[in-house]
Amino acid sequence: MRYRAGFALLIALAPACSGVALAFLPKSFLVLAPAVAYAACAIFLLGLLARLWRWTSSPVPFRIPTTCGQQRSLAWIPPARLDNPSTGLTAGARMLLEVLTFRSLLRNSRSRAGSDAVTSHDSLGLWLGAIVFHWSLLIILLRHLRLFVQPVPAFVLTLQKLDAPFHTGAHPLYLSDVALLLALAYLLLRRLANPLVRYVSLLTDYLALWLLLEVALTGVLMRYLIGVDVTSIKQFAVSLAAFSPVLPRNCGPWFFAHLFLACSLAAYIPFSKIAHMAGVWLSPTRNLANNNRAVRHINPWNAPVKTHTYAEWLEENKDKLKSAGIPE
Amino acid sequence: MSSDLIQIEQHSPKGDWASTKPEFRKGTWCYSATPQNLSSLDLPNPRPWQPSDPDWKLPENWKQILLDGIKERLEKYRSFRLFMDLCVRCGACADKCHFYLGSGDPKNMPVLRAELLRSIYRRYFTVSGRLFGRLAGGRELTEDVVKEWFYYFYQCTECRRCSVYCPYGIDTAEITMIGRELLNLIGCNTNWVLDPASKCYRIGNHLGIPPHSLKDNLDFAVDELEEITGVRVEVPIGKKGAEVLFVAPSADYFVTPHYYTLLGYLALFHEIGLDYTFSAYASEGGNFGLFSSHELMKRLNAKIYDEAKRLKVKWVLGGECGHMWRVINQYMDTMNGPADFLETPVSPVTGTRFDHVRSTKMLHIAEFSADLIHQGKIRLDPRRNDHWRVTYHDSCNPARAMGLLDEPRYILRSSCNHFFEMPESTIREHTFCCGSGSGLGTDENMEMRLRGGYPRAMAVKHVKERHDVNALACICAIDKAVLPPLLEYWAPGVEVAGVHELLGNALVLKGEKQRTTDLRGQPIQTAEEEPAHA
Ligand code: SF4
Ligand code: SF4
Repeated sequence: MRYRAGFALLIALAPACSGVALAFLPKSFLVLAPAVAYAACAIFLLGLLARLWRWTSSPVPFRIPTTCGQQRSLAWIPPARLDNPSTGLTAGARMLLEVLTFRSLLRNSRSRAGSDAVTSHDSLGLWLGAIVFHWSLLIILLRHLRLFVQPVPAFVLTLQKLDAPFHTGAHPLYLSDVALLLALAYLLLRRLANPLVRYVSLLTDYLALWLLLEVALTGVLMRYLIGVDVTSIKQFAVSLAAFSPVLPRNCGPWFFAHLFLACSLAAYIPFSKIAHMAGVWLSPTRNLANNNRAVRHINPWNAPVKTHTYAEWLEENKDKLKSAGIPE
Repeated sequence: MSSDLIQIEQHSPKGDWASTKPEFRKGTWCYSATPQNLSSLDLPNPRPWQPSDPDWKLPENWKQILLDGIKERLEKYRSFRLFMDLCVRCGACADKCHFYLGSGDPKNMPVLRAELLRSIYRRYFTVSGRLFGRLAGGRELTEDVVKEWFYYFYQCTECRRCSVYCPYGIDTAEITMIGRELLNLIGCNTNWVLDPASKCYRIGNHLGIPPHSLKDNLDFAVDELEEITGVRVEVPIGKKGAEVLFVAPSADYFVTPHYYTLLGYLALFHEIGLDYTFSAYASEGGNFGLFSSHELMKRLNAKIYDEAKRLKVKWVLGGECGHMWRVINQYMDTMNGPADFLETPVSPVTGTRFDHVRSTKMLHIAEFSADLIHQGKIRLDPRRNDHWRVTYHDSCNPARAMGLLDEPRYILRSSCNHFFEMPESTIREHTFCCGSGSGLGTDENMEMRLRGGYPRAMAVKHVKERHDVNALACICAIDKAVLPPLLEYWAPGVEVAGVHELLGNALVLKGEKQRTTDLRGQPIQTAEEEPAHA
């Protein structure tokens, strides 16, 4: 197992190396940057759409929500509206809260079977790591809008302010940056340190984390340690957004490393497990109401099957019915 | 704990799971289905074989059959396709499975159970898997993989506990169901699933009780009930034009302790004057088809609506059974509906209209009885259950495929004076499986059953030690069959009872004699004010 993890790291280092190498390539290579960015965006969008199309082209033959609370039945028994939704609206709310707050992970516990008891205790590490990671990533992505949109939207400015409560001079420290790095490090260490998780991990699980970490690290390096020409970067980003790209001059090698890594990540997403960002919404155990007995669910491929009909059964059992005095 | 009991231990797994093979050790797997049972259900590849044989006599083109089978199911089930793609191997589900906890076998972690199939999916159905094979988590489909599927898909009780904790709701039970369907395509089935299914298909119920024996059993129950209560009840079978068709799992007809629940139903129906009927054709509510394939489930389930139509009843009432209710709640109406020839159930006693079942027109008996008690239409004397100190086991299917949690508890609290819950992490949606559901409850599989039932048994032991609990109530026919040996092994001294058995004990019948025993014939100690009968 250990060799597998080591191997995983090696493989995962490859994109980092190529990113940095690219960054130090001759200036003439600049021309490629916009093309790479557009290509990555296109693969990301089209890839995810294709994935969604694939998922949705398989029907949902049965309504199979996992019920995690009391059903709606008798008027005087309070139902668990979120965990056992009986309407489309409450099912929607369940789904939304699942995506926004990871409620299922919030239930997590650690159990161990010993020789005369099964012990179980709440375990919120994974929930915390996951929620901090996803939310800080979202905040960081939104903050990036300041590079692409001119003038910078008001909400982005507000977000920046909120994200850096300890304002110190020219380079305020964004909490989301710190949180993202900590969460990623936690998730990676957890994968390596928890024997069960390490045992089930695939190379691609490390690859996804590693790519994210590299994008984050180059970004942080650029912003806090190396310093880059933000004006040039913004000029480039705005031009990209306007579909009339200028060449990214004076942006510095680390910017290219960051850009290329981010592009590889974006292009990788549709082919990876990170596509869960789209797929989670479709999960039939979470996004459906448990109202099968009230509203009939239709299965598009429901076909007749061979049954043992009453007539056939009667034929075989006539005498027995008669002797028992059971009406036919 | 004495050392001759099975040792439950957990080790940190090491190495690469893809290179380990299951060992078909006696006690951990179920016998294969007989060729006769396969033939009687028109299923493919009937032949004599056993999982412990080196040669499983698969059809020549087994690989193609499986790959085609996977493709077909990817196109038919969004659940399957999504669950193949979404898992991030976060491990949240890993220690949630009772089979992992009891066996310590890492392939019993739900995530790995699913990866057994997912790795094949990646290799043959995804671009990255086709290009990069093992690097992208793909695996060649070999006969060893088939054996591994068989071993682990029959070490999953399809209980859905893992699904509660998964951030994407990935339901390994759903994957197991598809996995078993695939195995069915090449004739790898177990007899404990297909024998009841075949009997249910031909004769009418899992136990193969023919019509005249059904009648005898019910008549016998009538006599017993009269002996205990002094009241003689009537039990119609196949009565045309009755208001309600009653469908119960067939074990209720004569297996103990199910039988006491049957006595409870009969007493209740008599007391409220319900116009109902049993059926000899639809004499099974349970559905072992669920443990084999969606198609077989549908074939077995069709009888209920067909019989309701033939008998011209108004609605259907269902007895205490776990997987039966998974089928009724999640599949019946979709598969065999619409039930437009029936009416929305209305309680003839309380007038309550059960709108939540207005489409299937099939009501759970716990819903029906809870309403009766709540409206004060039946008299209960809970002292008659004072010899029981009761806890309640949520069966997986009513809990996680329906959400029937508070109705049975309400009945129990009304019928018993001493009721205690097991620890929170082991009840309601978190409930631990009996370890023998989904057709695994056969004796040759005993070691695995004892292991899988271990977490449940430990929770029972906890309330036994803390509150002197001596009865575990439940609403599932499989539970009633498999929990007694499980508890005898891990937590001796706790009996298993049906909710309607305990209700039947407490139920005061008009014109009854002074009760001296409960429905099991055990003396009851109702107390000081009736010393003559104590
Ligand atoms: S909880 Fe869900 S996503 Fe996490 S490992 Fe289990 S199945 Fe995969
Ligand atoms: S459905 Fe139940 S038995 Fe199957 S993997 Fe999940 S927790 Fe285990």
